[in-house]
Amino acid sequence: MGHTLLDKVWDAHAVRELPNGQTQLFIGLHLVHEVTSPQAFQMLAERGLGVRYPDRTFATVDHIIPTDGALRPYVDAMAEQMFAAIEQNAASAGIPLFDRATGRQGIVHVIGPELGLTQPGMTIACGDSHTSTHGAFGAIAFGIGTSQVRDVLATQTMAAAKPRCRRIEVSGALAPGVYAKDVILAIIGRLGVQGGVGFAYEYAGEVFEAMSMDERMTVCNMSIEGGARVGYVNPDATTYAYVEGREYAPAGAEFQAARQWWDSVASDADAAYDDHVQIDGAAVPPMVTWGINPGQVTGVDARIPSPDELEGPDRHSVEEALAHMRLAPGAPIAGTPIDVAFVGSCTNGRMSDLREAARVADGRRVPAHVTALAVPGSQRVKAQAEAEGLDDVFRAAGFQWRDAGCSMCLAMNPDKLVDDQVCASSSNRNFKGRQGSPLGRTLLMSPAMVAAAAVAGEVTDVRALAQVRAP
Amino acid sequence: MTETPLARIARVEGPGVPVRGNDIDTDRIIPARYLREITFENLGPHAFEDDRAQLRGRHPFDDPRFAGARVLVVNRNFGSGSSREHAPQALLRGGIAAIVGESFAEIFFGNCQAIGLPCLTLPAAQIESLQSLIEEDPAVVIAIDIASGAITAGRAAYQGQMPEPVRRAFTTGAWDALTALQESDDEIHAVYRRLPYVRGWRRP
Ligand code: SF4
Repeated sequence: MGHTLLDKVWDAHAVRELPNGQTQLFIGLHLVHEVTSPQAFQMLAERGLGVRYPDRTFATVDHIIPTDGALRPYVDAMAEQMFAAIEQNAASAGIPLFDRATGRQGIVHVIGPELGLTQPGMTIACGDSHTSTHGAFGAIAFGIGTSQVRDVLATQTMAAAKPRCRRIEVSGALAPGVYAKDVILAIIGRLGVQGGVGFAYEYAGEVFEAMSMDERMTVCNMSIEGGARVGYVNPDATTYAYVEGREYAPAGAEFQAARQWWDSVASDADAAYDDHVQIDGAAVPPMVTWGINPGQVTGVDARIPSPDELEGPDRHSVEEALAHMRLAPGAPIAGTPIDVAFVGSCTNGRMSDLREAARVADGRRVPAHVTALAVPGSQRVKAQAEAEGLDDVFRAAGFQWRDAGCSMCLAMNPDKLVDDQVCASSSNRNFKGRQGSPLGRTLLMSPAMVAAAAVAGEVTDVRALAQVRAP
Repeated sequence: MTETPLARIARVEGPGVPVRGNDIDTDRIIPARYLREITFENLGPHAFEDDRAQLRGRHPFDDPRFAGARVLVVNRNFGSGSSREHAPQALLRGGIAAIVGESFAEIFFGNCQAIGLPCLTLPAAQIESLQSLIEEDPAVVIAIDIASGAITAGRAAYQGQMPEPVRRAFTTGAWDALTALQESDDEIHAVYRRLPYVRGWRRP
């Protein structure tokens, strides 16, 4: 019986079994950002410890950074203090910090891959739950808490229990107007927001094989929304073509040597899995969430569920969600009016996302009562989008074109919902209060669907608009 | 270098507080605006802040009958979402010393282990019974024996579950993983030197 990529990468990085039975796992790449790292550096200082392998850690600023062109020192004193803390911590530990002056700043899960730091076969950790994104490259990538950030800084290892492995196979081809975001929302809708607890998700089958790296990142990014801390796609020619030539990637003969190793860590054809799930890719429609977690999702052509059809805790959850969202049970989700449209985040703030959203917005106009934001995931994405003229397309359609950062994905910078606004969002979480207003209402969907909602002023099936991607 | 003494956690005892609902995510446990701090120290009073504001004083954390609670009793998939350690830190600093629930999200559960906050699971029907019991008698003392998982609340008794390595981490004091991780510096360095992407691709 063969082995999975999870097995092989785990074994290659296992230092030893800890006395309590967990594995001490070496972390090959550690990424830090300004929000979850200051307390970790503080804990190190309290114990008189330094950073053990500063060559394996890289830092950026993304969560608190304003995206409206504001310059330092920021008027927001807390943002300024957090920025100063990571500058000082990175400098004294000898960790590179990709701030705006470097031209490489951006959301941590966008810049890791973009700089070639993220590579197949690695273990990757970051104090951020969406670290699962990096699994798109065939890495085992974990979101960790601040105490574990401390552990990784101090020892380059962490205590972890090996997850079980579920292979999720999506066969066939996606229909036009259906994207990676729809696939992962359909998976979470089917398996539930808790279905992946204790599992790593291996995404396999024709749909993922056909996807670009940007699309695979969108899928792996939201593994954690399905409860799986780790999600990955086996590395292949698409992966290698993306990695080759990037700043921190091996080059020339080294790249060939690396390729051999990367091939060797991919799952064997006869690998054993703890669970299998099969999904028909052709049947996935554009998806929209109607509730307060990403599993409360439906096709854009379907109806919002009614609590009357359910019993027990499910009924309670639907009632709670609809009370917050103030959506009518049994009503179609299409036609739901929106106030704000947000294209961006580590889920959907990459070039292909901006291109698809711009394709829909091109030649159309956002109505006056809708606020629309297009926020690139990194400075490099921003520069590339501007080189392609996407900024002009967005501006002409009535979108604001912003600087790179997490922006309206969460409420830690000036981009926030107000009162009970409804936001069509390409981000990953529709939790109560997530976008900055306790009463705010978030509808998750693909960037193309966000653009369609933005120009229509309401949730709209992007397939009804002309400019969707050809099959 | 200062050594942190191992703190064994064998028993938690005290009154409880039920917070009902499935999939209560970490954004609800501690809203993101409280992540704009460079220490965890001031988080305690802000646990569930937005939920509390919306319920205008009817949230269990605002109910004076549950003041001083040590054991939080929750439902399914508690702590989903963000990896923010601020969530368990806010609960711990607000006085919670153990959580009993139907199930927990994985990163949250790991963060709780890392800061010495035991989480035990019970079947849904028993959670319902324990929550109702606390609501009827908020003064009832809940006692949790970490080694055996036995939970008593007055005359009611339950058998809580916890994965064996996690249970051992609490009872031996190894929940603070750093001390154990530091013991194997040589083995760590061996892995560091063995990994091709660290050592360089062309060296044998
Ligand atoms: S974009 Fe959103 S989910 Fe991604 S790292 Fe930033 S805040 Fe977290």
